[in-house]
Amino acid sequence: MSLEARSVVKQYRVGDAVTNAVDNASMSLHPGEFLALVGPSGSGKTTMLALLAGLLRPTSGSILVGGQELAGMRESARARFRRRNIGFTFQANNLVPYLSALENVELMLRLNSEFDANGRKRARDLLTLLGLEEKVQVLPRQLSGGQQQRVAIARSLINSPTLVLADEPTASLDTERAIQVVETLANLIHEQGSAGIMVTHDLRMVQYADRVIQMLDGRVERTISPEEDLSCLADPAECRVIGSDVLGFTERADASSA
Amino acid sequence: MDQILVVQPGRCSDHRVGPLHSGSWEGPARGISEYIEGLDADLLVYQDTARLVTSSSRVECETRGAIRNVEGVQDVGGLAFASVSIVRSETAELLDVSLIGVEPGKPGEPPVVAGQGLRRKQAREAIIDGNVAQLLGLKSGDQFTVSTVQGGSEELYTLRVLGVSESQRFNLSPSVFVPISTWDEIRPKALLTAPQMDPACNVVAVRLDDPAQVESARRLLEGRVEDVEAVDRTTAYESQPGYSSIRGSLAIQRTFALLISGLVIGGFFQIQTLQKVPQIGMLKAIGTPNYVVALATLIEILFTIVAGVAIATPLMIGISSSFPPSVPIVFELRTAAMAVGSIFVMGFLGGLLSIRYSLRVEPLIALGLGA
Repeated sequence: MSLEARSVVKQYRVGDAVTNAVDNASMSLHPGEFLALVGPSGSGKTTMLALLAGLLRPTSGSILVGGQELAGMRESARARFRRRNIGFTFQANNLVPYLSALENVELMLRLNSEFDANGRKRARDLLTLLGLEEKVQVLPRQLSGGQQQRVAIARSLINSPTLVLADEPTASLDTERAIQVVETLANLIHEQGSAGIMVTHDLRMVQYADRVIQMLDGRVERTISPEEDLSCLADPAECRVIGSDVLGFTERADASSA
Repeated sequence: MDQILVVQPGRCSDHRVGPLHSGSWEGPARGISEYIEGLDADLLVYQDTARLVTSSSRVECETRGAIRNVEGVQDVGGLAFASVSIVRSETAELLDVSLIGVEPGKPGEPPVVAGQGLRRKQAREAIIDGNVAQLLGLKSGDQFTVSTVQGGSEELYTLRVLGVSESQRFNLSPSVFVPISTWDEIRPKALLTAPQMDPACNVVAVRLDDPAQVESARRLLEGRVEDVEAVDRTTAYESQPGYSSIRGSLAIQRTFALLISGLVIGGFFQIQTLQKVPQIGMLKAIGTPNYVVALATLIEILFTIVAGVAIATPLMIGISSSFPPSVPIVFELRTAAMAVGSIFVMGFLGGLLSIRYSLRVEPLIALGLGA
């Protein structure tokens, strides 16, 4: 098992009020499996992602990545664990602006003291695979949003991590580029045998996931396998059954029709 | 990792800073000490009751002879000091100068860079320092008029320029050097008197056979000659009225300027760090160790300071070279180096706050969860 989260709770206390940002959430992920985490704003997706990455400590419950419990680790050990075992793609500010695309990908190897000629070749191959062979020496500001996200994906996969986490990687992209990015991410995760979790608002992207987990009010509302339930997610009426537009689909539909 | 360290400083090109070389000027104090500091003498002999105040000291001609006869003394020259004004021919404005009486060819006469040195014991001839030459546009062979007050009325004397020396300011004024008997004729005085061939002087400049034996020569001289006090050049100019207070004021100004520069540089780095919080958050989220973040910040700080100093130093040297001699600001290699060193230290101390801040950046910022 690449990831196993059991009864994870994350509480925030403001004065006497206690809020459960994540409430008794459990999930597991096999190597090579790509999971989409969906839900409306405030449903706890990003907090869950931060917990799975070891950026936050759970109030209770356990999180095992590659069989190792994150909660008990000291901060420096969790940082080391992250750079060795977890690949990250964020919404924005993904790349170091003064490093070229290739150097940004090599960054993970350098941080892990694994950089050598072979590593450079792998980084270059990965960028080529992502259609960026002409852009390896280019600085991030000279790349489009989609190209930057693909560089970030290459960086997150370069050291074959156990777990790849992507926080709304398509948030700032148009549909065509968003599909390219997610499709590439899913393919590489499958090929490498890493486990991947993508937080997304965008229903159109979940078709590339092997499973979809809906979160609502910090809870895992339901898990949908692609064969049986993905079609239901495309139906706003069906979505309303489980919550008030948990995927935010109606909002977008309304906005686009307006 | 090393790539981060190399490339991160590149960000400085967006935020170049030219730190002010606030500590490198000490012109006013140099304006007091310059002539004495550059004297071709090893000791200066004062009247022992004068407390090393030039204007209070009076050394008679016979005493100069006695000093000359002390073993180890190679040569002596009398120095006499007064303040007069040069009348600008075009505008009739007055330029205050130090009138310094010297013995031609003896210690105390400044070397000339143009023209020739003094030749006669009594003549209306002068060596002017580079400041007077530049301010009045004088050169060898030109004449100029000196205004002085004698017996309650203004007297004018015309002098011919024999030579021009380098800057030899004394008592915060540019200098004019004349034979000591000419000085006695021109100097301000209460009564009009006839000049003497060998008038008393204020101070005697002593050149030793062995300059390394200053201390023993000083003791010997004070033992052999009555009523005199001998000191080296440094002690002499440090004892000049105003020198210590000016130096003290400058030291305070320099300290404050450095403190302010520390605050400014520290604030600058703080802003620079604040601008990069999302990047730092991202680096920490992907597992970048704290020491790499700190090292990258430190190198960026040092790079910024080096770039700032590299830009500011030639700029300040260029600006200072355009200062007219009347501006009492002098940039020296030693003081400039001290200022640069201080800026590095202050910049580093100011930058420590940024390092502390960057270490405290939450990686959750990268996920939009940080404050």
